[in-house]
Amino acid sequence: MANIKRSPWLLHYDGSSCNGCDIEVLACLTPVYDAERLGVMNTGDPMQADILLITGGVNAQNAPVVKQLYDQMPNPKVVVAVGVCACTGGVFKDCYNILGGADTVIPVDVYVPGCAARPQAIIDGIIQAVEIFQKRSDDYKVQEKARKSGKEVQVNG
Amino acid sequence: MGMRSVVPFGPQHPVLPEPIHLDLVIEDERIIEAIPSIGFIHRGLEGLVDKRDFNQMTYVVERTCGICSFQHGMGYCEAVEHIFGVDVPKKAKYLRTLWAELGRMHSHLLWLGLLADGFGFENLFYQCWRVREKVLDMQEMTSGGRLIFSVNKVGGVIKDIPQEQLNIILKTMDEVEEELKVIKNTFFEDYSVQSRLKGVGVLTKEQINALGAVGPFARASGVNVDMRLTGYGAYPDLEFAPIVSTAGDCYARCYIRTMELFQSIDLIRQVIGKMPSETDLFVPVKGNPDGEYFMRVEQPRGEAFYYVKANGKPNLQRMRVRTPTFANIPALCEMLKNTELADVGLLVLTIDPCISCTER
Repeated sequence: MANIKRSPWLLHYDGSSCNGCDIEVLACLTPVYDAERLGVMNTGDPMQADILLITGGVNAQNAPVVKQLYDQMPNPKVVVAVGVCACTGGVFKDCYNILGGADTVIPVDVYVPGCAARPQAIIDGIIQAVEIFQKRSDDYKVQEKARKSGKEVQVNG
Repeated sequence: MGMRSVVPFGPQHPVLPEPIHLDLVIEDERIIEAIPSIGFIHRGLEGLVDKRDFNQMTYVVERTCGICSFQHGMGYCEAVEHIFGVDVPKKAKYLRTLWAELGRMHSHLLWLGLLADGFGFENLFYQCWRVREKVLDMQEMTSGGRLIFSVNKVGGVIKDIPQEQLNIILKTMDEVEEELKVIKNTFFEDYSVQSRLKGVGVLTKEQINALGAVGPFARASGVNVDMRLTGYGAYPDLEFAPIVSTAGDCYARCYIRTMELFQSIDLIRQVIGKMPSETDLFVPVKGNPDGEYFMRVEQPRGEAFYYVKANGKPNLQRMRVRTPTFANIPALCEMLKNTELADVGLLVLTIDPCISCTER
């Protein structure tokens, strides 16, 4: 956390969760847990978001919505799957309408387990996401610089 | 007549924690018609009866919704218990009622917070959620889970609450009551809150009856429906009367839910005061269920309906849940007609939508 230079903004989307993880995500942003002290802020606009928190599995109807939200977010971006349903499908894995976890449609960087995921776990996931985001935005700058100068630079991750 | 256009609302929208999609047909700034489309969170939970037996289904049913999770499990278990014809110990009934009322408190506090956020009063939102954390602490202390308890089983409950914890609950209820009195004053008397809520989205008693709305939403328009009066759990032994208002606007809905918080505190005190001293928490259930039953429970959002049909096999033949938000959506669409576009977020919030319940 020491080298964080920017404040990433959060976007929360409810895939097909039971609501338990959603209200825990909201509880994270309220005074008792207060994720905003880490520099993150909740937003409703995917165009301004850097970190996508997704709860619940993916079904046929919301798969395009999740994909669209992910595509609308500017680069670099990080995805956190909150709760066991977003990780693997969880208790609803065998339901006829569940395709699987969030990683069936978009690449997921951080998996937060739990049913419902506890706020402490979600905050830990957010911290990891912030670190990944910082690394990606550093790499992104190097790539952009190289692209402008016409050179190719190998970047890890 | 102005030009008509269609504005999509949702599925991802800042005011909603959950996805619901409405197509709003507007003329200038006024809404002519609202067309809902749901299905973004449909999981097909009822279909799991083919793969899980009736005991395992308790845990699946609890995950219909994370907010009223306990009451979902309670309704399902009571339905299966009626098919078995077993008599649940009195203590289990009291414990279930205690958890159900704690769940109602946290749900209503959550809603009050979201409402405050909906009309842009962020401080009030944070205050409501701060108080809500105390209720969640009580749930965690007694059951081990903040939101999803998994303490129900067919035949009773699996955990007891010792006397020391009951004393802590009583003490916390006193604190919560004091803080709620302050919050209540803001909701009822603040000028800006009143100007945002009073006279907005009025529904009459006749409209509510015709459209079949349930719960606090119906009680705000003067329809006295409360499934707790049908006498499940420990409710027959407790003294309470449903809170009813006749105004039918957003302010009345806010009033009903705020006063129900105080009612829940009172019910929790009554339950703890009358807690039976017996030690039996459940009756053993043998064999498989055979028969059908429907059970109605009063959730924070209104009446939830469980239909269970079994044919003597471990897997149920059919399980059906009808949740309060599903019943309230027709009334929501009626309410949205002829309102301002800017009020839509607030009006959708006032039915306390729980989309996860609705789509199962």
